[in-house]
Amino acid sequence: MNRPIRVLIAKPGLDGHDRGAKVIARALRDAGMEVIYTGLRQTPEQIVATAVQEDVDVVGMSILSGAHNHLFPRVAELLKEQGVDDVLIIGGGVIPDDDIQGLKEAGIKEIFTPGTETSKMIEYIKNNVQRQ
Amino acid sequence: MEYKQLVEKMLIGDKRACAKLITAVENEPEKAEKIIREIHQYTGNAHIIGITGPPGAGKSTLTDKIVKALVSEGNKVGVIAIDPTSPYSGGSILGDRIRMQDLALNPDVFIRSMGTRGYLGGLSKYTKNALKILDAAGYNYIIIETVGVGQSEVDIVKIADTIVMVMVPGLGDDIQSIKAGIMEIGDIFAINKSDLFGADRTAVEVNMMLDLTMDMDRRPPVVKVVAANNEGIDELVNEIKEHIKYLKESGKFEERRKNNLKLEVVELIEEELRKIVISHTDSENKLDSEVIEILNKNKNVYEVRDEFLKVIK
Repeated sequence: MNRPIRVLIAKPGLDGHDRGAKVIARALRDAGMEVIYTGLRQTPEQIVATAVQEDVDVVGMSILSGAHNHLFPRVAELLKEQGVDDVLIIGGGVIPDDDIQGLKEAGIKEIFTPGTETSKMIEYIKNNVQRQ
Repeated sequence: MEYKQLVEKMLIGDKRACAKLITAVENEPEKAEKIIREIHQYTGNAHIIGITGPPGAGKSTLTDKIVKALVSEGNKVGVIAIDPTSPYSGGSILGDRIRMQDLALNPDVFIRSMGTRGYLGGLSKYTKNALKILDAAGYNYIIIETVGVGQSEVDIVKIADTIVMVMVPGLGDDIQSIKAGIMEIGDIFAINKSDLFGADRTAVEVNMMLDLTMDMDRRPPVVKVVAANNEGIDELVNEIKEHIKYLKESGKFEERRKNNLKLEVVELIEEELRKIVISHTDSENKLDSEVIEILNKNKNVYEVRDEFLKVIK
């Protein structure tokens, strides 16, 4: 791909901590990506509308509140409803191992838990972006 | 998807098609040309507002409030928000939407973030083409929010009809306000954060700067606002409309658009010429070898220029 990968970093739900999201945004920036960061407390509908208007390659969601099982799949579902089938959806945050399989089945392609090296995530994105 | 299909969908209000077209004009010059040719007849209807000013002045917050005011009157508003691209990694953090969260779901609003990608005038190279797409999509106001500017990023004058210069208290004394460059391009001055100490003084200094200009047909108004609290926004929006009226009544609207089109065509010609010249002469790295000739004082820069230009003379 001879253009920067565009990534939406979003904070769904009501948790108010975005240090992690900012660290990720910064790491992706330094890896040459265009990162759209929209701030805290986004609804799934807002995230999807933003992803559509910004025409991103990747939607990355960060969540620390425990509501991931509800909010992550909802975003995947809404994207599907809008016919957006070429976006790589990933998630991260404090997510128990037991929940990961279910989230993957719901369309979240990969989950990054605390301690993941940013370089691993960058590599994952570069290897898995679907669009040219 | 074929670009013609995307154009059709965009014209009937499909936001995803609109977004895909913007991606195309931003990344694929050949496709961009086809798209712009296709949509040209639908462009030229929007009023284009440039919001510019130093980093942290509140441009995004102000944009959010202006959009809300315009939408509440039944307008459709497009926003292009530009943030800087890293000269090292080529990446960027596009964070203007943080101040515009409530607008994401509004059916009459379309917001697109762009990185400057190495372009220095306060915009990105493809802002103009993105603007044309929003124009064709029927957004009757389009707001271009520039990167945070310093003293000379004035490219916004080449595309906007009305420029709102956002100032804040505490950025320097009145000498700053009489320097050339960015202070000369404002059609309206908005003093944001005017609940802060020093706002009155900033307003006075801008007014005094404006008083020094003699040959003005229209004196730009200075409006005090507190964007975060939605104070002064009605007055600002009113001044924007007054400016539009002034442009149209005085004939300056057409004059400005004509000048801008001229600049655009000249830029396109320059770009194409550069391609032609380089493709004809640089096949064997001629430029590299000529540079060594210049370094060794065997030739000078003008001689080399003329040699390159032989292909078009």
